[in-house]
Amino acid sequence: MTNDTTIPQIPAPGPCTTGKVRPHQTQNEALLFEKSSPGKRAYKMPPLDVPAVDPATLLGDAHRKTPGLLPELSEIEIIRHFTRLSTWNYAIDLGMYPLGSCTMKYNPRVNELVARIEGLAEAHPYRPDSLAQGVLEVFSLLQRCLLDITGMDSITLQPAAGAHGEFTGILLVRAWHESQGNPRRKILIPDSAHGTNPATAAICGYTVENLKSNAEGGIDLEALTRQVDEETAALMLTNPSTIGVFESQIHKIADILHAKGALLYMDGANMNALVGKVRPGDFGVDVMHLNLHKTFSTPHGGGGPGSGPVACKAFLEPFLPIPVLVRNSAPNDLENLRAPSLRVVAAATERAGDLPASLHHPPSVRTDLGFPSFPSVFEQETAERAVNHDSQPAGQLTWSYDRPQSVGRVRAFYGNTGMFIRALAYILANGPDGLRQTTEDAVLNANYIRHHLEDFYDLPYKTASMHEVVFSDKRQAAKGIKTGDIAKRLIDYGFHPYTVSFPLIVHGALMIEPTESESLEELDLFIAAMRSIAREVDETPDLVKSAPHSTRVSRLDEVQAARKPILRWRPAVSL
Amino acid sequence: MRYLPKSPAERLTMLADIGAASIDSLFAVIPAEYRLNRDLDVPRQHAESEIIDYFRLAGRKNATNYASFLGAGAYRHYRPVIIDSLVQRGEFLTSYTPYQAEITQGTLQAIFEFQTMIAELTGMDVANASMYDGSTGAAEAVMMAVRVTGRHQAVVAATVHPEYREVLATYAKHQGLPTTLVAYHPDTGRVDLAALEAAVTNETAAVLVQSPNFFGIIEDIPAIASIAHAQGALLIVSVAEAVSLGVVRPPVEADIVSMEAQSFGVALSYGGPFCGVIAAKEQFLRQMPGRLVGQTVDSNGYRGFVLTLSTREQHIRREKATSNICTNQALVALMATIFLTVYGKEGIRELAEHNLAKAAYAAQALSAAPGAGLLFTGAPRFHEFVLETQETPASLSQRLLDDKIVGGVALSRWYPELPNATLWCATEVVTREQIDTAAKVLSAAPVEA
Amino acid sequence: MPYPTNYRYTREHEWIAVDGSIGTIGITDYAQNSLGDIVYVDVPKVGDVVTAGASFGSVESVKAVSDLYSPITGTVTATNDELKASPDKINQAPHETWIIKVELTDPAQLNALLDAAAYEAFISEETGS
Repeated sequence: MTNDTTIPQIPAPGPCTTGKVRPHQTQNEALLFEKSSPGKRAYKMPPLDVPAVDPATLLGDAHRKTPGLLPELSEIEIIRHFTRLSTWNYAIDLGMYPLGSCTMKYNPRVNELVARIEGLAEAHPYRPDSLAQGVLEVFSLLQRCLLDITGMDSITLQPAAGAHGEFTGILLVRAWHESQGNPRRKILIPDSAHGTNPATAAICGYTVENLKSNAEGGIDLEALTRQVDEETAALMLTNPSTIGVFESQIHKIADILHAKGALLYMDGANMNALVGKVRPGDFGVDVMHLNLHKTFSTPHGGGGPGSGPVACKAFLEPFLPIPVLVRNSAPNDLENLRAPSLRVVAAATERAGDLPASLHHPPSVRTDLGFPSFPSVFEQETAERAVNHDSQPAGQLTWSYDRPQSVGRVRAFYGNTGMFIRALAYILANGPDGLRQTTEDAVLNANYIRHHLEDFYDLPYKTASMHEVVFSDKRQAAKGIKTGDIAKRLIDYGFHPYTVSFPLIVHGALMIEPTESESLEELDLFIAAMRSIAREVDETPDLVKSAPHSTRVSRLDEVQAARKPILRWRPAVSL
Repeated sequence: MRYLPKSPAERLTMLADIGAASIDSLFAVIPAEYRLNRDLDVPRQHAESEIIDYFRLAGRKNATNYASFLGAGAYRHYRPVIIDSLVQRGEFLTSYTPYQAEITQGTLQAIFEFQTMIAELTGMDVANASMYDGSTGAAEAVMMAVRVTGRHQAVVAATVHPEYREVLATYAKHQGLPTTLVAYHPDTGRVDLAALEAAVTNETAAVLVQSPNFFGIIEDIPAIASIAHAQGALLIVSVAEAVSLGVVRPPVEADIVSMEAQSFGVALSYGGPFCGVIAAKEQFLRQMPGRLVGQTVDSNGYRGFVLTLSTREQHIRREKATSNICTNQALVALMATIFLTVYGKEGIRELAEHNLAKAAYAAQALSAAPGAGLLFTGAPRFHEFVLETQETPASLSQRLLDDKIVGGVALSRWYPELPNATLWCATEVVTREQIDTAAKVLSAAPVEA
Repeated sequence: MPYPTNYRYTREHEWIAVDGSIGTIGITDYAQNSLGDIVYVDVPKVGDVVTAGASFGSVESVKAVSDLYSPITGTVTATNDELKASPDKINQAPHETWIIKVELTDPAQLNALLDAAAYEAFISEETGS
């Protein structure tokens, strides 16, 4: 029986009144091009300290005679333009953003500050190694942290986003199989997978074979056994799955694959459910990607930039994309490998047991016991080395391109460094205790929502939830209201919608991932809103169907947008 | 933990509420043998002040007080202050991909403005919402041409950024896409047109060139286009230095333009995040990778913007999608949009002309040193030039570093036939004094016996 | 909407009307209804060969793509250019709006297709009604 005492009743919003939110004015704002007028300036070039040149003479036919129609505005207008646009957006900074699979957690502001520190932000990728040791130390420390978090042996930070990480990871799989004499033909992908998985397999030259989920929404071991054969290169598995369920048979899955020489690829999209509690490297994963913009708090920024490091077991290390980070002292001392000192032998600390009191360990107690290799980032700094151009000092970090078995290069330069700085700042702010608490809170929040909504929305899979919970619109659909309608109505209650209609194995899915960043108060408001909408479906379905009612624009005509695409502004034609 | 908004008591309340005995009971589904029964081996929890100190120290170790003549695909331009003020607004910074159009009109309109500006600058009809960077964008553009033409070969100029070419090789390897490399003309540093004509056949899907090319030289795009089009191949022009479009004629004869927009207000940040973007002729729209924002109306007739033509993308078409790309570079594209708005129609031209002037002066000053000379003087350049010296690049670089100058990139790493050549870049932020100092160091070269 | 009795149907929801050696192909009312507002139709070129049971193109709504499967083998003789500007014609009149015309290679293949009654029985089975 659901205990409702914690959930406040909130009044259902009418077209103009709401419980959690109240509408306020937003400024109208035209397109930049419509606001432009010739002669306005928002810049001033310093005087040219070299002789001016005549572009037409220097460039000849290559001289641009007609400038692009860029807008001409003053600085205050530009500030107002983009500030006004910003107020039309919902954001984590405004409230809960429960997009399942997207891990919309708080983006700490110190991350933004440190990513802009001059020596890091202004570092040119081709500057000599001797002038880049600071940024390379950041790479090195982040690599070591991510290796312990994943339990893997080796890592590359290069991939620009999750899908790019998948591409890199499957290239490793392919290269390894090729080194064994047969690249193999197909990749198995569960029907619950993200669309990027099959798209990735295809661009890596593999055919995609669909793997049907079992009644619990997990991997069907019998089907897997039937489908894995000598032509199977790998299974791409999301764990926890897209319905937020941990594959409890994960070791058997790995065994079935490995018995046929196939590999286990893990899509790390849902790593926020695992950090500090369980490591993919320990449960049989051969290669995986992480999303720094999900698990490690780098901002989503309206769709990017992301970062998708790929971690793998030692046997895949020779195939990593070039270049790889090494220390000069010993040519074989790869920085992207787990250092021997980091291979933690037997557990030196016992968890204090499963008592509720163990929820809160004083950090000083937890971190100072038994794990001295990383007491603080400062103690591992050796005395500041003088910058020395004469020789490569011992221990200097550098890039190695001498990797004959490498899959090649997956992007220019070395990766989205700005994201590495932010992710490392997040890890430093948390420490081992904070990372574990983060995971625990994320799982607690999802289970709290599940508990308080399962009497109102159909829960197709009853398996224990990790960091997200997936309902279906079955009950509401019977009344003609679909998941998309409920999502739009949630906007009127002051929330960003959950993920709509994904995963595909749940018809009419409502995929909810609260993350650890939500307070009890915000969770209760969300639950109250969802319950209120469930009531509205019964009482005032038209209000839900035509939502949102409180936004600057109502539902937009996507059909017209697709039939007659207008993808850019054009000046009005004057006759 | 300062980012976690729960009191100890609240956690206990929630556990009791859902009927869980302990937090670990929520993890009981994980087989016991795999649970991690120790702390992660990561640095201990640090105070905010300690985090800032750590990264400041890292920044100082990087050494900042050097003049730099580095370019080669990553360019240092002045970044107007308002870029960082605006992109750090939480409503932009902490918003997701604008799938819910009603509450993401800000991001959507800004991307629509970005698409418009990129189309204007490149002379193409349409541009997408961004790609990861110029290198992956160029590879994706080639894949796009394969889909458009149904052909499975590509011709690539040796003057395309070597790392872009390496990325293309990685992508092409598993697509059954052989590529032919076309050499540069030794006098002009441009694509050798005769070699190009010989390489392009009626099996060629795309010709990929870069302009300004890796040596900073502007390619003869109309001539290259006629060669490509005569065989029914598409022409893809990669633009690694976007500021050049302020003064250099856009590659209007191209079918696809793949651009790296880092120069538009994006920090170097040791190579990323940057901002790729693909622009194209309208007829190829359905084969474009990446997100697109389109204009439409709401149910009251108000103008609004939505992500559109999504059926090309992986979340709908899965293994048949035009690309596996999902996350792009939205916030970086916003930086570029603000940068272009600050400079505007006149400013982008003036900025580009300053670059032209600095490079012209630097090329003249540096090549005047004894034993030094310019390579590839037979064609126009933008703000990069290739210097050939009697002294080895390693020795020269060392002497420049002693004077706190980072000189040009040694080209022998990618072009073994150019052992003593260095690629120099002078943008508007390089001063005459820095150029003169570098020239002085060059002139003091040890004379060969 | 009635299913014309002079057409033949596939289980993938295409119809074909045959006049002499030319087959005219479109999608059924059931198909357009489940897709919703059609925004784009991707068709082969005139002269391309289509194969019975194989995909020859696709039809798109805002958030879904559906492959088009050819009822018969043959060579494309015409494509409906009107659909470029007005794909919604399929929504308005699915059984009058053709997508491609094909010169049949083997008219005997028609015997393997469903007639109107059998197709209607098939879709009522699919919808469970």
